[in-house]
Amino acid sequence: MAAIQPRISVEYKDEATIVAFTDEKILEETDVRDLREAVESVVEQASGIHLVLDFRHVKFLSSAVLGLLIRISKRVYEREGELRLCNIHPGIHEVFKITRLTNVFEIYEDVDSATRSFSEQR
Amino acid sequence: MAAETPVRCSLVVKSEPSALGRPCRQILAALDAQGFSQDDIFAVHLALEEAFLNAVKHGNRMDPTKKVTLEYAVDQEKVEINITDEGAGFDPRTIPDPRVGANLYRPEGRGLLLIAAYMHTVGYNAQGNGLRMIRYKGRPTPEAGKASIG
Repeated sequence: MAAIQPRISVEYKDEATIVAFTDEKILEETDVRDLREAVESVVEQASGIHLVLDFRHVKFLSSAVLGLLIRISKRVYEREGELRLCNIHPGIHEVFKITRLTNVFEIYEDVDSATRSFSEQR
Repeated sequence: MAAETPVRCSLVVKSEPSALGRPCRQILAALDAQGFSQDDIFAVHLALEEAFLNAVKHGNRMDPTKKVTLEYAVDQEKVEINITDEGAGFDPRTIPDPRVGANLYRPEGRGLLLIAAYMHTVGYNAQGNGLRMIRYKGRPTPEAGKASIG
């Protein structure tokens, strides 16, 4: 596993790129800005990325992170890629439900099912 | 276990996002001491972060010369938090619902919805620069679909 920035880790599995957020809490605008730069640097590496964002470590986030995910999603799809989210803590999943972002993002239970979904849709 | 003494505090803090750190830890510690659940603590933490950031960013417009007044009271039944900025105020009824149509794809505008969803009572002062919010211990978070902003 290669650490690109302190706040994310990047792993490659099959044809997917798995980016895990390593912070337990993501709050301030500076955190969000750092994360955006870190994740977008991964997205920009190649077009057509199969990106999985892994939230296994994240126990708390603010609405600014939801905005970050929208921005990342737009960039991924502009570059003809696909995005999945996974390992979302139940408390945070409630935040996605309240904001109806469950209708925007494809959310999977774990990395395996998220990764598998890319090949299943072909 | 003996009942914890209610906690009441009023603070004036710098208008910058990081200024919430210490007061937030104090409030969450008071909730823990009064026996609030982890779900309650998550809810109050989220609402507090959203409300404070709104005060700094939209109320005081990131002006470092301005302040935010933070008042809180925690007892065995509930937590009440008041946050007032030095801005001109706003009418929450004018804020678009972020769950509808194209708003769903906008990066911003979900803070008030989350506050309304996670706190049981939410109100604004007449000027619109002061927010009062209450959460009762052990009472479930209102159903997601029933939360409204204004």
